[in-house]
Amino acid sequence: MPREVIHLPNRVESLSVLSAEGQLDRDLEPELEPADLRRLYRTMLASRRLDERCLMMQRQGRMGTYGPSRGQEAASLGVAYALEPEDWMVPTFRETAAILWRGWPMYTWMLYWGGHEAGNVVPPGINDLPVCVPIASQCQYGMGIAWGCKLRGQGRVCVTFCGDGGTSEGDFHESLNFAGVYQLPFILVIQNNQWAISIPRARQTASCTLAQKALAYGMDGLQVDGNDLLAMIVATREAVEKARTGGGPTLIEAVTYRLGVHTTADDPKKYRKEEEVREWEARDPLIRYRAYLRKKDLLDEKIEKIMDEEIAAELDEAVRLYEQYRFDPLEFFDHMYAEPTPDLRAQKAELAAYLQSRAAARGGVPAATSSSSAPAVR
Amino acid sequence: MPLLTMVKALNLALAEAMRENPNVLVLGQDVGQDEGVFRVTEGLLQEFGPNRCIDTPLAEAAIVGGGIGLAFTGFLPVCEIQFDGFSFQAFHQVENHVRRFRNRTRGRYTCPMVIRMPYGGGIRAVEHHSEAPEATYAHLAGLKVVIPSGPRNARALLRAAIYDPDPVIFFEPKAVYRAFREEVPETPETMPIGKGVVARPGTDVTIITYGAMVRVALEAAEELADEYHVDAEVLDLLSVAPLDAELINQSVRRTGRAVVVHEAPRHCGVGAEIVARIVEDSLLYLEAPVKRVTGFDTIIPYFQNELTYLPDPGRVVRAALETVRF
Repeated sequence: MPREVIHLPNRVESLSVLSAEGQLDRDLEPELEPADLRRLYRTMLASRRLDERCLMMQRQGRMGTYGPSRGQEAASLGVAYALEPEDWMVPTFRETAAILWRGWPMYTWMLYWGGHEAGNVVPPGINDLPVCVPIASQCQYGMGIAWGCKLRGQGRVCVTFCGDGGTSEGDFHESLNFAGVYQLPFILVIQNNQWAISIPRARQTASCTLAQKALAYGMDGLQVDGNDLLAMIVATREAVEKARTGGGPTLIEAVTYRLGVHTTADDPKKYRKEEEVREWEARDPLIRYRAYLRKKDLLDEKIEKIMDEEIAAELDEAVRLYEQYRFDPLEFFDHMYAEPTPDLRAQKAELAAYLQSRAAARGGVPAATSSSSAPAVR
Repeated sequence: MPLLTMVKALNLALAEAMRENPNVLVLGQDVGQDEGVFRVTEGLLQEFGPNRCIDTPLAEAAIVGGGIGLAFTGFLPVCEIQFDGFSFQAFHQVENHVRRFRNRTRGRYTCPMVIRMPYGGGIRAVEHHSEAPEATYAHLAGLKVVIPSGPRNARALLRAAIYDPDPVIFFEPKAVYRAFREEVPETPETMPIGKGVVARPGTDVTIITYGAMVRVALEAAEELADEYHVDAEVLDLLSVAPLDAELINQSVRRTGRAVVVHEAPRHCGVGAEIVARIVEDSLLYLEAPVKRVTGFDTIIPYFQNELTYLPDPGRVVRAALETVRF
């Protein structure tokens, strides 16, 4: 009686549907339309090609510092697939595949990393937030959106992403705490890619799993093989369904790996071993899912070739639009307030006059900033 | 017209807005059952229920960050931070997100929210309960920063802040909360954010101030008139961002002398900005250097000594006389 184990009402489980070796748990396998199954693969492929193109352009000085999500395509895509367009999706910055699935144009993504606010312009028809840079701070407004969804009572949910590093931030914990107290339709997905720049997962927390942090906030935690697209779909669907029907929040830990650099300003050789990267390359989500589709006769060399060509053409078009984009510097005064203040009006006029005089001195018209003049940041 | 304290006037503004617009929510620590530690939210839980007057767990960043999300879903959140000194626990949400979302998303997502907090010293409180951080917030483009000075303008400005399409930091001078009563009209009234008023007209020197210091300046003006035959004009800015530079310069051009008064520290305070505006626009009208009467560049002392730190009418009189006798 005086000393007993306390039994908590919530659980922490792990989930895998399609293993790295290709073993499929047929009981857990989701039933998906063949067209969807193919489109999911195409989206992961497009995400990877987009990463590759952006990295290349960064090296050529045609884009700013870039953060690729190579290796993490399934972890974000499975989540996006489980949402309806009116549901809310709050990314951090390594959800490229999810963003493409939701309908963000590739060129908008390029504009963001190319140094233009236009890269944050959310396409109409979806409730997505743009990239968030300060680690885990998005958890708070993601939670707030879920709070609004609950108060509105229209069955909408909010999915928010953060990384393993983000779980050390106060915002991560505060948002989960509020979500638990108010039983919000909030799904927080941790993309545990093992590295927060140079700090490994083991140095981020002494917890055995990140999913178990759910228990402290009175919700269920689920650790999912984040490189298993099917498992991510199953896990998120379940959490979304629960949230939609008033069952409250869920914490999902997607166990994955950042195969590439943190950003183009980073050299991972300084802090992690090549063997580790090679081990995870064998667990590449694209390879695993491709084999699954081939086994189902939904993918063959011919289809893959068509996909490759289509994606390459889309990328060419995106690059063209991106490099054509022009920004009027005077626009940066226009979105500070609903109505510009007298000071902003005066400062806008001041800059306009200066730009005009500078252009006149050079004998031309004021030049707008183009995306291709992005600085060659390392 | 009812005679109200600032606390009651603010309470009235909240209740009026919540009655007329179902999207107006109040959230914060102890705002519901306890009705706010200063009772600004008195009766709101009872009238509007727990989904509109929301007691939250103790986390400022989640109150503000959650407020952002509520705003995205169409609500008009009024977040209460229990004391000015604790607003820094939410500062990153204000700096990183509240002020940036309109610009970041080119107007798709905005933060029409109010972050209210008791402000300033003079009520014999413990450490972190007496800060005057307005310059810190006024420096953040994208925010509006409002500091009322009495019951009537507090009620009108809170209404304006709630319906403002942009985020407003709303500082409520604690020293004024229950200091005096004022007649407040029966029907809701509003005042424009970013516009100051002439609290006392005068011709010899302009005393520019806001918040609890308005009363200090008015007392000083009486003393200047009675003892020294100096006719001081007192400007009550009401907002420090946007700043009513036009009002300031118009007055200083008439009087040729200016004294800026605030309880916040001097270095990089709002007074520095006010002096810069005067120098930029009205230098040749000045008969004397502009003086600043402010808190010192120290930590505000614990309450046994806070009244020595806070500007009092004597310091204001002295500074005004220095400009007059220059």
